[in-house]
Amino acid sequence: MSAVVSFLTRRRGGKGWHWTDVVTWVWLVGGLIVMFGPAIWLIASSFKTPAQLAEFPPTILPYVGQQATVEGYDKPLTLYTVKMPDGTSRILAEVRRVGIVSQMVDPDAPGEIVKINIADRTPVREVGLATENYVVPLEQNNFLLYLRNSVFVTFMATIITLLTNSMAAFALSKYRFPGRDAVMLLIVGTLMVPLSVVLVPLYSVVSAVGLYDSLWGIILPTVATPTGVFLLRQYMLTIPDELLDAARMDNASEWQIYWRIVLPLAAPALAVLAIFSVVWRWNDFLWPLVVLSRKELYTLQVGLNTYAGELNVQWHYILAMTVVTMIPVVLVFVFLQRFITSGIAGSGLK
Amino acid sequence: MGQIRLTDIDRAYGKLKILHGISLAIEDGEFVVLVGPSGCGKSTLLRLIAGLDQPTGGTIEIDGKDVTKVSAAQRGLAMVFQSYALYPHMTVRQNLAFGLENQRMAKEEIASRIAEAARMLEIEAYLDRRPGQLSGGQKQRVAIGRAVVRNPTAFLLDEPLSNLDAELRISTRAELAALHERLGTTMIYVTHDQIEAMTLADRIVVMRAGRIEQVGRPLDLYNSPANLFVAGFIGAPRMNLMDVKVTAAEPTSVTVEGPGFVATCPVDGSQLAAGDKATLGVRPHDIAVAADGGVEAKVTLIEALGPETVVHASLPDATKLVAVLAGQDVVASGGSLRLALDRGRMHLFDKDGARVPDAQEAR
Repeated sequence: MSAVVSFLTRRRGGKGWHWTDVVTWVWLVGGLIVMFGPAIWLIASSFKTPAQLAEFPPTILPYVGQQATVEGYDKPLTLYTVKMPDGTSRILAEVRRVGIVSQMVDPDAPGEIVKINIADRTPVREVGLATENYVVPLEQNNFLLYLRNSVFVTFMATIITLLTNSMAAFALSKYRFPGRDAVMLLIVGTLMVPLSVVLVPLYSVVSAVGLYDSLWGIILPTVATPTGVFLLRQYMLTIPDELLDAARMDNASEWQIYWRIVLPLAAPALAVLAIFSVVWRWNDFLWPLVVLSRKELYTLQVGLNTYAGELNVQWHYILAMTVVTMIPVVLVFVFLQRFITSGIAGSGLK
Repeated sequence: MGQIRLTDIDRAYGKLKILHGISLAIEDGEFVVLVGPSGCGKSTLLRLIAGLDQPTGGTIEIDGKDVTKVSAAQRGLAMVFQSYALYPHMTVRQNLAFGLENQRMAKEEIASRIAEAARMLEIEAYLDRRPGQLSGGQKQRVAIGRAVVRNPTAFLLDEPLSNLDAELRISTRAELAALHERLGTTMIYVTHDQIEAMTLADRIVVMRAGRIEQVGRPLDLYNSPANLFVAGFIGAPRMNLMDVKVTAAEPTSVTVEGPGFVATCPVDGSQLAAGDKATLGVRPHDIAVAADGGVEAKVTLIEALGPETVVHASLPDATKLVAVLAGQDVVASGGSLRLALDRGRMHLFDKDGARVPDAQEAR
C-alpha cells in the first residue's frame, strides 16, 4: 500500500511541484475521466429507474425513493422531505397528488392529512439499485437465449477462424510457390474493403446457399480474416525452417508438421487472434442484423437493438444489457491485455 | 548398410548455380567430412542428400537404390542441424520420440530406444526438461540423440559443433568420434572448420564454389594438397605460399627462385620450363632456423604458445611468412633471423594452381 502511495505521489526532483508534475497529473486525471467516465456513467445508469434516467439535472449514482408502510394504507407510500410554512422540515409520506397539491401524512401520526405544494417537497432518496433492469430482460425477454446465440457464434467463429487462418498463414509463410506474395498481397488488400461495401453481395451469397436466418450464416462469412492471416503469417515467419526440416527428417507428414510443430509454436499469435476474434464476433452488429430475422436466433447486439423502438427507447434495459454484453469483452481485455498489446505491436494492426 | 553414391549432382536456383556436377561415393560406415569456406555449397549438398531439397540434375543412390525423387522421410537418414532444431514445445523425451511415433513404432520399443540413447549420450537426467532449460552442450547431445534413436542408414551432421564454446567443442568432437566408432554408421559431416575435418574424418571432401577440389584421407590432403586452395585451406596456421620463378625443371627436381632464396624441390618438372611462374608452398611447421644459408627474414610478430612459437616474418620483398618454431624464446621481435625453407616438405604449384606431382622414384 505504501508502495502505491509513494508511486502515486512521486514527483520529479523529489521535493516541490515541478510544472511537469502538474501537467502530468492534469493529463492523467483528465485521461482517467475521459476513459472511465462513460463506462462508470453507463454502469451507474444501468441501475437507474426510467424516471430517474429522464431526470434533469442527472445524477451520477442511482437512487431509489424511500418508501414507508403507513398504518391505514395498503400500499407503501413514498417519503418526501417537506419544507413546512414555518420554515422547519419534516419527513412525510405522500398519499395522493392532486394537481400541484400533494396530500401527505406523517408516518408516525397517520390520521392527519397535510396539504403541501409539490414545489416544497423533495423525495427522500438513498443510493440503491434498480436491479429489475437486469432481472426483467434476462428472465422474460429472451436475453439468455441471445446470450447463448452470441456465445455459440463467438465460439464457433473463433475456432474456425483460428483453424483456417493458421492454415493459410502456414502455407503463405512456410511454402515457396509462384505467386505467394501476390496471394498474400491480395489477402491483405481485402483489409481496405469495408463490410458495408460487400454487405449486399455477401447477403446474396449467404441467401443463395441457404444460410439466411441461421447462425452459421453469421459465422461462416466472418471466419476468413485478413488480419488473422497476416498476424499469424508474420509470427510463423519467425519459426525457424530448420524445425520443419527436422520434422521432415523425423518422418512427419506436412499435416503433422502443421498440427504438431507449427501450431503449438504459434500459440502466442493464436492467442492474440483468438482474443481479437472473440471481441470482433461478440461485438458484431450489422451483419447479424442483416442475416437474422427470427427473434430466437438474435445475438446479444441485435437483441439490444430491440429495446430501441420507433416510438419508445427503453433506456434502462438497453443500459443494463449493454453492461451484460460488455462484461465478457472487458474480462478478455483485463486478463489478456498482455497478449493484445503484443499482438498489436507484432502486426501493426488492431 | 549406408552406402551413398552421388552422380553429377547439380543444383541451381534460377540462373545461380550452387553445385556443379558433384560426384562422390561414400562407403558404408565411413565418416566423411565436407569442408569448405562458407557459401561453397556443402550445406546445400547435405540437404540434397537428406532429401530436404531436390537436385536440378544428377542422381543420388543409397545402398544402390535411386532415391533422387524419394522424400526425406523415406530415405532413412537422420540429420543433426546446426541450430539443433529441437522442438521447443516438447520435452527432451518427446523430442526423441517424435520421429519414432511418426513411424508408428510400438510404445515399448520407443521407450527402450530412448532409454538406450539417453544412457549412451548421458542425457537421462533431463529427459523431462524442455530444450529451453538446457545448455548448449546438452541441446547438442539431445539433437544427436534424436538422430541416434532413429537408427538411421546414415547420419547427416550440419556444423553440429559450431554453436558450442571452444572447450566443449573439443570434448564433443571426441565424443562424436567415439559415437561413430561405436555405431559404425555412415556419417556425413559438414563443417567449415578444417581442424574438425582433420580430426574426425576418414575422408575429407574439400569443396569450393560448388565444386569438389579434392577428396582424400586427412593426412593425404595435408601432405599432398592437389591445388593451391586445398593447400591454403587444410592445416593451421595456413601454408606459406610464395610466388617463385622456375629456374631449372628436371623430371626429378625443380629449382625455383623466390624472394631472397633459391630452393630445389624433388618434384616432377617435366611439365614445367625454366622461366615459368609457380607458387611454392611451405607449411609453417616445416620451417626451421638455419645456422647458415636459408633466407633472411625480418621478424614482425611473435606469438609464444608455450611448446612452440609462431613467428610472423617478412621476406626481403615484403612477402609474409609464418613459421612455427619449437621451443620458447627462439627469437626477439623486431630482429631478423635466417630461416631454412627446404628442411621439410615443399609443395610446388604450377601457374594454374595445380600441384606439381612428386618426382617418380629413381628408376
